[in-house]
Amino acid sequence: MLRVSCMDRKSGRKEANMLDLADVKKYFPVRGGPLRRKIADVKAIDGVTLHVAQKEIVGLVGESGSGKSTLGYTVMGIHKPTSGELLFRGQDLTKMRSANARAVSKQIQIVFQDPGSSLNPKRTIKQTLELPLKVHGLGNRRERLSRLRELMRTVELPEPYLYRSPSALSGGQRQRIAVARALASEPEFLVLDEPTSALDVSVQAKVTRLLMALSRELDLTYLFITHDLSLMRNVASKVAIMYLGRLCEMASASEFFAQPLHPYTKMLLSSIPVVSDEEERLKPPRVVSEGEIPSPVNRPTGCSFRSRCREAMKICETIDPPLVEVGDGHEVACHLYTQSDS
Amino acid sequence: MMRNEQALFDINNLEVSFRVFRGTLPVLDRANISVFQGEKVGLVGETGCGKSITMKATIGILPMPPAEIPHGEIRLHGKDILSLRGEQLRNARGQISLIPQDPGASLNPVFKIGTQIIDAIRYSSSGKGLNKRQMRSRAIEILKEVGLPDPERNLSCYPIQLSGGMKQRVLIAMALVTDPVLLIADEPTTALDVTIEDQILSLMRDAVDRRNLSILIITHNLGLVREFTDRLYIMYAGQVVEEASTKELFRNPLHPYSHGLIDSVPKLTGEGIAEGIPGMVPDYLDLPPGCRFAPRCAHAMEICSNTPMMSQQGEGRRVACFLHGQEIREERGQHA
Repeated sequence: MLRVSCMDRKSGRKEANMLDLADVKKYFPVRGGPLRRKIADVKAIDGVTLHVAQKEIVGLVGESGSGKSTLGYTVMGIHKPTSGELLFRGQDLTKMRSANARAVSKQIQIVFQDPGSSLNPKRTIKQTLELPLKVHGLGNRRERLSRLRELMRTVELPEPYLYRSPSALSGGQRQRIAVARALASEPEFLVLDEPTSALDVSVQAKVTRLLMALSRELDLTYLFITHDLSLMRNVASKVAIMYLGRLCEMASASEFFAQPLHPYTKMLLSSIPVVSDEEERLKPPRVVSEGEIPSPVNRPTGCSFRSRCREAMKICETIDPPLVEVGDGHEVACHLYTQSDS
Repeated sequence: MMRNEQALFDINNLEVSFRVFRGTLPVLDRANISVFQGEKVGLVGETGCGKSITMKATIGILPMPPAEIPHGEIRLHGKDILSLRGEQLRNARGQISLIPQDPGASLNPVFKIGTQIIDAIRYSSSGKGLNKRQMRSRAIEILKEVGLPDPERNLSCYPIQLSGGMKQRVLIAMALVTDPVLLIADEPTTALDVTIEDQILSLMRDAVDRRNLSILIITHNLGLVREFTDRLYIMYAGQVVEEASTKELFRNPLHPYSHGLIDSVPKLTGEGIAEGIPGMVPDYLDLPPGCRFAPRCAHAMEICSNTPMMSQQGEGRRVACFLHGQEIREERGQHA
């Protein structure tokens, strides 16, 4: 549809990036009626273009229902995109054959939100961590064991924990195991799906520090999915805000927090509860939060945020604003900033 | 704030222990918490520190056994709820309403919203003698008050048809419809997004102020209590370790645990991620002798092998730490 303007800038950067998404869409069919015919689509991702450079930490922020986890899963290969290009180091993941796909899946791993349910309770930690090594055929039995020991050191857990079951570990320790499992196949790219939001604050800080240390030591690239903007201020190099399956603002972290543009971003930032007066001063002027995210089945016409936007204009009802660059790498999808062109 | 008036709600030296196969877990150790009329009080701590046990003991849903309350009082308007029985207990409990944590799990999925609200009205003291139509119009009224759009239609909706934020509004309506004097909110916004959290908080703030209610909000979210509450209690491993006005606590946390908690929150100022608090919350079966925080504390001293008393640190501020007072708490025996 109206997603043309962001496509033509892509070509120049293609080579240097680790991950390139071009107009990726993921629709889930809604079936109904006696014949279970498709009656509608849940447009979970509705045209996302995103570039992740090597060693970058991209924060993907949005509310529940914005499609951020679906995007993470699509990158992981858990979902096949409905349309669009998904390039990892220039290879199109959607058109890959199985042998190649396994080699690539070794490079892309994921850490899930809730370590309580993402670790198999019937397996020991050793069995859990060994599985990715076996799947990718890495090492014989002895080599695998020494790799497991190394992994435990990497995530700062004592070695004997290998023989425990997940239920004998605390939430923070379980999440460390989930990180170790993701690192087992020596990936280059990690999708972190809210890796700390199920943890207590003091534990959250420790796990986040570990993730950041790992990204430096192992040259990892992260797609960090979260709803915590304060956390992103401290870890991300680039922040992308997602709303109803589309990106509505994207910028480098420093630029993003210094000058948030999209009305939704401002609403998000001004709703964050903070713990000090200095932070209070950094928040944009208070935007009273109104309404809720619309259904991805019946997208509103025009801009999907207009139902909650204080600054909605006539044009917002009919034309969906494309994501356009308004300054040094700062992209925003809002008619407030593109009015002169239209 | 004036402190010579009697507290509306007062938890006095409350102890709760759980008798399990491995031994007796002292999960709440002489907790003192008071809430005054019209006050918004926060109870803050991490998982397993005894926050929810305090809430459960208060509204009487603690499973006993295995839990037991060997000592302590929970007083509403000066009357100890724990010693009440029958009609008196029901009346006292009717004055306390709970806003639960997970709006998705707290509404019955097989009954319509209207049925559930009308049930709450029917069994409350304010609903006595109302007929069906009056109860229905009262339900509509309360849904309007909590800002649920189109209340007439929503009465005949099932919970699954509403979003998380809407369900939380319904639960707040159910908490308010019994005309309570005290609200207890257990992590009321943890399951919600920040923008919805913002809406729910201002809704709760309006309701509390308009009806001159008191609220005890139980949470681990420090940013939330900073914006919402007047006064705070910090809990660690079953003990209240610090009590202060919200402003004071965030300006100058006295207990090393409070300090560590505030420090651990990622800041918008972007100063990097803090170290967090070293170590882990102790096992209740294997508690360290003396101060329960000492093994994780950077300031631990020799005296910390004793239990510190909550010592007064100026107006309305108390802390249980030997850095701020030398009083050793003697173990229970003469109290029992």
